[in-house]
Amino acid sequence: MDLQSLYQEIILDHYKSPHHAGLRDPFEVEVHHVNPTCGDEVTLRVHVVDDVVVDISYDAEGCSISQASTSVLTDLLIGKKVDDALEIHSTFVELMQSRGKVEPDEDILEDGIAFAGVAKFPGRVKCALLGWMAWKDATARVVADVEGSVT
Amino acid sequence: MTAVEAPSHGLLDTDRIRADFPILGRRLDGDRPLVYLDSANTSQKPRQVIDAMTAHYEQINSNVGRAVHQLGDASTQAYEVARVKIAAFINAPDASEVIFTKNSSEALNLVANTLSWAHGDHAVGAGDEIVITEMEHHSNIVPWQLLAERKDATLRWFGITDEGRLDLSQIDSVINDRTKVVSVVWVSNMLGTVTPLETIIRRAREVGALVVVDASQAVPQMPVDVAALGADLVAFTGHKMVGPTGIGVLWGRTEVLDALPPFLGGGSMIETVTMGGSTWAPLPAKFEAGTPPIVEAIGLAAAVDYLSAIGMDRIASHEHVLTAYALERMRELPGLTILGPTEAVDRGGAVSFELDGIHPHDVSQVLDSLGIAVRAGHHCAKPAHARFGVQSSTRASFYLYTTPAEVDAFIDGIHQTRRFFKVA
Repeated sequence: MDLQSLYQEIILDHYKSPHHAGLRDPFEVEVHHVNPTCGDEVTLRVHVVDDVVVDISYDAEGCSISQASTSVLTDLLIGKKVDDALEIHSTFVELMQSRGKVEPDEDILEDGIAFAGVAKFPGRVKCALLGWMAWKDATARVVADVEGSVT
Repeated sequence: MTAVEAPSHGLLDTDRIRADFPILGRRLDGDRPLVYLDSANTSQKPRQVIDAMTAHYEQINSNVGRAVHQLGDASTQAYEVARVKIAAFINAPDASEVIFTKNSSEALNLVANTLSWAHGDHAVGAGDEIVITEMEHHSNIVPWQLLAERKDATLRWFGITDEGRLDLSQIDSVINDRTKVVSVVWVSNMLGTVTPLETIIRRAREVGALVVVDASQAVPQMPVDVAALGADLVAFTGHKMVGPTGIGVLWGRTEVLDALPPFLGGGSMIETVTMGGSTWAPLPAKFEAGTPPIVEAIGLAAAVDYLSAIGMDRIASHEHVLTAYALERMRELPGLTILGPTEAVDRGGAVSFELDGIHPHDVSQVLDSLGIAVRAGHHCAKPAHARFGVQSSTRASFYLYTTPAEVDAFIDGIHQTRRFFKVA
């Protein structure tokens, strides 16, 4: 069992010093997601202006994998157009569900390629996806609210 | 080197015992031997249990209590002998007081649900109180929350002291004249605490409350005498006591079981059925609707035979000596905090802990890479974790096949974990 492939240096670095951590204002939607099997939790806020992800802030408690993947998520998605961010989201989810059979694209996923090893540990895939699922949920609500207010 | 010497007295002949457990001989990734320290989650099974179940499937398999043929007779006989053996194992006054369920959760839900449907003395109604503790497994919390909600009753609980014991300082007000049910764990699956049942049961008796005991972690590791205990209902599960999954037990005093309405309706549990209504079979059939887990009950009887041949007092001693050794050695680990009693006094063989700077998931992942299986998470005891201000913990648990060398491997594994995450 290859621990080094699971715990890449990039992951441990993000774990020790997570980027964009903490809850910030302003935001449109806040969500709270839990991994019921282990108890890991994340509270995540999104701030979207004119279809651009202006900020993602979070307060998370969990293992190195869940913490680091949330940190990487903020690096990747803040500043992107919502549609592009959703594209990156699917690419990351696809990588995580590949059981290690997909070659990660560094141009799209940057530090996120470090999680390719996690995909080989089925018990840890949910950890890596915790923050990502929370972001998708929050963003879907923002988009729904915007669409609701237009019609 | 370790300053603490490995124990030499009070232990079982683990070489001999381990030879009975096929899985303990298997190798994991990297050709590492399995160091199984997750028995509080589920225990491993000896050849004797596996063989008894296979033999039943190969030679006897048939439904119970209804088939008039040789196989049906033999199967019914084996199923009822299993009940008698399990009754003897816990010193139940009568084998018909042993109800087979799926597991402890089902046994506890059976009680909580039938209480919500009961009339008469045991009926739980608005304003009545139900008492549990903060150290319960979710299976002894949620059914009572559901009952309290349905009947507009109040759920109360005993808190936990800093040492991981039950705080009984307010026992006379927590258990009072409004208390209808007291449901308490015997041995905490997370903290390892053995609770002072005698004190709690005495107080419950004073107010006439029904006493339910979750003995899931107790029956596997200590001699249990339900007749002497004084509780009304006791739940435990087969798979934690070298038996198969899918079989649990609810023991109850005959008067109490007779007074409760049925739980599940269906085949086997009736006396007669007309389109206008039905009447119930006597105990234990009244609570065993449908085809029961026949082969699992036979497997559990083989497990009880296995444990009895070794002796529950000797198993308890083994568990105690190993736990004391583990607690002692864990003290040498920097940044490690034990959740629960730190001395092996009134304590079972499950030790949960926190390691500074390393999440339990990551601890168990590194240990797993060394072939050491522990549990990480909330162990279905979220309130007890919240009590200690943590979300999750890592838990090592021992059983009759665990050796001091495996405790040593675990301690080395924690040192390696700290080095891996650079907190050493």
